[in-house]
Amino acid sequence: MPVISSEKDVEALRFTIVAEFDASVERVWQIWEDPRQLERWWGPPTWPATFEKHEFEPGGKANYYMTGPEGEKARGWWKFTAIEAPNRLEFDDGFADENWAPVDDMGITHAAVTLENIDGKTRMTTVSGFESAEQLQKMLAMGMEEGMKEAMGQIDAVIAAPAPI
Amino acid sequence: MVVDQVSDSELDRLFQALADATRRDIVARVLTGEYSVSGLAAEYAMSFAAVQKHVAVLERASLVTKEKRGREQMVRIHLEGLRRARRLLDDYEEIWQQRVARIDDILAEG
Repeated sequence: MPVISSEKDVEALRFTIVAEFDASVERVWQIWEDPRQLERWWGPPTWPATFEKHEFEPGGKANYYMTGPEGEKARGWWKFTAIEAPNRLEFDDGFADENWAPVDDMGITHAAVTLENIDGKTRMTTVSGFESAEQLQKMLAMGMEEGMKEAMGQIDAVIAAPAPI
Repeated sequence: MVVDQVSDSELDRLFQALADATRRDIVARVLTGEYSVSGLAAEYAMSFAAVQKHVAVLERASLVTKEKRGREQMVRIHLEGLRRARRLLDDYEEIWQQRVARIDDILAEG
């Protein structure tokens, strides 16, 4: 797996994932720049993404939807806040209604992507920051991670042990 | 933006339920066996009503079940709910891992 590390920083409301790819920085940049490549990996196979608009420039917007197994569509928008080819891009990511108007109360994620050349390979660091009240819930989900892991360890013990009485 | 097969409200209930340290502690306790609500209340420096409220949140998130027995309300872990919680959480965490794997596949095409 090309993933080197991932980290959930509860206090800073941040999720970071670092991956290394056996390709040039310019090649990896294309998977963000080219919407046809982007939509091949942004959504899972069960919810593929389609980018209707992709203004890949500072201040530009992207509109996309993800199509669920029943044909339902979930729409989202991006706003590119920084683009420095081929090393850095940043964008805000939020939900949209059927007219592509931002659904503000669902919260915005800010993503910062950095591509670095490390001995001919490309290290991609993606930092996702959660800012709004609704995003807080996603942060809380991360906050519960440790508690969950503890609880999960105990489940296995409980399942393995004979039932009391 | 993250989209998964599960509904947002379902996820929210689950995440909210487990976002609180007391509720996580209640889950950890009832994992070892059933507790009465008053038995749980005795473990925390808070009112019976407050503990009852925490239990109700866990119940709504399908993490515990409550059953009336005599004058007591017995709280038990709902393992299926907890397993589902783990699955949802794993899904959530894996979104980026999977994206990275898909990127790697695309890059491998040359």
